[in-house]
Parts: sequence; structure tokens; C-alpha cells
Amino acid sequence: MRITVIVNGASHTREVEPRLLLIHFLRDDLGLTGSHWGCDTSNCGACVVWLDETPVKSCTVLAAMADGHRVRTVEDLERGGVLDPVQQGFTECHGLQCGFCTPGMMMTARALLDRNPNPTAAQVREALSGQICRCTGYENIVRSVLWASARQAEADPARPGGPALDGRGPA
Amino acid sequence: MQVPAQVEYERAVSVGHALTLLARYGPRAAVLAGGHSLIPMMKLRLAQPETLIDINALSELRYVEVADGELRVGALARHADLLESAVVGERFAILHDAEQVIADPVVRNWGTVGGSLCQSDPSEDLSAAFAALKATLVITGPDGTRTVPARRFHTGPYETVVAPGELLTEIRVPASPGGGSAYAKVCRRAGDWPLAAAGAMLAVDGGTIVEAGIGLTAVGSRHFCASEAEEHLSGAPATPERLAEAGRIAAQHCRPVSDQRGPASYKRHLAGELTVRALRRALLRARAGER
Repeated sequence: MRITVIVNGASHTREVEPRLLLIHFLRDDLGLTGSHWGCDTSNCGACVVWLDETPVKSCTVLAAMADGHRVRTVEDLERGGVLDPVQQGFTECHGLQCGFCTPGMMMTARALLDRNPNPTAAQVREALSGQICRCTGYENIVRSVLWASARQAEADPARPGGPALDGRGPA
Repeated sequence: MQVPAQVEYERAVSVGHALTLLARYGPRAAVLAGGHSLIPMMKLRLAQPETLIDINALSELRYVEVADGELRVGALARHADLLESAVVGERFAILHDAEQVIADPVVRNWGTVGGSLCQSDPSEDLSAAFAALKATLVITGPDGTRTVPARRFHTGPYETVVAPGELLTEIRVPASPGGGSAYAKVCRRAGDWPLAAAGAMLAVDGGTIVEAGIGLTAVGSRHFCASEAEEHLSGAPATPERLAEAGRIAAQHCRPVSDQRGPASYKRHLAGELTVRALRRALLRARAGER
């Protein structure tokens, strides 16, 4: 079947099998390998992308279901050579070690901060509870997201303030 | 690498269109809503439909509203929609309790309420919650709609009364004046399937229980409810002893099996304990509503 998906603002039309999973469409058909294909069972969250505005686990969504919709992947976080505050946070706070879970973590974190610019550590943990990291013990990931929250508040004073920018916000 | 077997795909654009497609493709078709149970089952070849009928475009089935005093949930409402509904949190707290412990936030973004019920997994949380609430399910077919009590909806593991050619379209929950509700679950890790879980709804008038609903999941209870325990409460004084005895009765009548999640004896213990916890919390909420 022929599908057209707007991925990171660009329209892509491809002939696909109906059984093709969205994660494989992104990685194999479009070459967008930033999204990682992990557990294949919707448990680990490495494959999280946005379908329209909603984070979904793309190993459990068919590419056909995205036909006519917008998809946003980790490749779209950086804009005009500037990293998204979430990406900066992961850099500043050592939010990754092997990096396999990172794209999913960042897409979910970006969605969280869009809806709730000033989350508590507990809210960050809850939002990321569908993502598995086998390296960090999650502490630095939570700090990274809180750092991003604070950076956004600093950059845009109209937004509610976040925790201090020392990267060691309340865990 | 897990991929589904070859399958045809059709996208329904209206309920009527979905019914036409279901009639055309017959019993070898499967309705695809959130897909968070169906697609994993297809990967494992536990489900092998010939055609998927995608209903995600049916925005007319995605709503959560209170009308004429009852809660109406469109079958395509996402789990997250229930959680985001303030009126659900205030008046049907059991649904917020349950949704907070179903899978994880990203899965809840896409999984649907109707899909969860139609999956009819013996450990499904919402099946127990809606059984406790004595909900009514609306099924639409070529000849119009029919309603089925939630307690008659599931005919067995992965089986429901929804016939090929029909579609679950709405869940209706009656308002219970003076009522409170709650859900309690024990699972091995956050977001996992329950070892056991219990939902409770209590309507009280003064110190008397006017109506009781108890739902149980993952413990082999028929139709996800604990009728014997409910009977012990209905019309009875709302005392701690009465609630404790209802828990004992619920544990006695459920039929858990030992599996990788735990031994039957432990699940039976949990069924009783969680029933009492849910009843206590439901009672507190009912009394808070009275003030």
C-alpha cells in the first residue's frame, strides 16, 4: 500500500507492506536511525516518536496507521544548529552512558515539558516510567530534564521557573 | 526481530464504514484501535487476522462526557483521556486509580478504553473497574445498537459477546448518588499486569450501604466481579467488620491459578486484602462526598 507521512516537516511517500512497523519505516525506509528499535514489545521506550503531538511507542504502531499524519523524531529536536534544551540537559547532566534509550527519553521529555514546563522530579519520573535505561539508574536523566526545564524558564521569563541550573536539582 | 504476519489493511472513516468493512471481511478481520495488545499478539502469531480494520480515524468515538447523570466514554477514548478528565477523577475515582497503574504514560497515550475491554485479557484492570461500577456497554452492528451489562460482556479469556460484524462503541457508567469508588492493585513492577487487583463502588445512606459493586481481576473471577461479597454488603451497616468479611468472602470465591506472577494462595490472599482496601477507600470517598 502507498502511504504518505509527514516526518519532521517533510512529506514522504512510500510503498509499504501493511504489516510494516512505524519504527522500521523510519529507520529502514527513511534512514532516520535516531529512533532506536529496542525491546519490540512496547516495554522499553527506546522507539518513542511523536504521532502528531502524542508520544507513542513506534514498535507497536503500524506505518499504515501514520498515513496522512505527522511524525516527529529525535532528529527534529535540534533546530537551526541549536540543540533543544532537553538535549542540552542530557549533555550537561551526563544523562546518558550508552545512549540507546536516549532518543526515546528525550522525545518523551520534550512532550512533558511542552505540557508541563515546570515539572517536579516525581512528575518527570512518572512521565519517563515507560522508558528503560540500563546504564544511569535514572538519576541523571531526571536531572537532565529538570535542567532543561530550568533552562527554558531562564530563556523565557514568561514561563514558570524551574529548579536551579546546577544540574543537581532535587532527585 | 518480531513482525506481524502478512495482513491486509483498511482504514475506516466512520462507524458506518467500519461496519461495512467488518461485514465485507467477516470473522477473519480484526478491529485495530490502539493496537497495544493486538499488534504484540500478531507479532507472536497468537493473533493472525487476514485484515485489519483501523478505527483510529473515528474521532466520533473518542470522548469522555457526563450526560443525564451518567458517564459516557467513547470506545476510542485513550487511557490518557480518562486520566485527563477532571469529572472522572471527581465522580468516578476508581477509573483514575486504575488508569494510573495501567502500563505507562506513553502506552496510555495510544491504548484505548474500548480496545482494553474487547481484548478481554483475564488480567485486564478496566474490566474489573467497569464491573465494579456496573457499567453498560453499547455495541453497534448492522441492525443498530444493543446494550450489554459489563458483567455479561466477557465470555472467557480473549472472548466477548461482540460478534463479527459488530463494534463496541460506548461505555456508560451510571451515577451513584452518595457513592464512592476506588481501585487497588498489586503488581511486580510499575506498569505491569496485576498479580491481583480489586475495584470497589459503595453507595451509602447514613450508615447503611445502599449499593455495593466489587470487581476483581487476574484471580479467575467470573465476569470480573465478586457477587457473593457484594451481597454481604448490600443493605448492611458500613462497618469495618462488614468490609473485612466481604474481603474474606471475595477471597473465598475467586479462582486464581499459580503462574510466573505468583502462587494461587498468595493471589487469593491479595484478592481479599485488596478488596478490603478498595472498599475502605471507596467508603471514605463516599463519606467525603456526603459532606
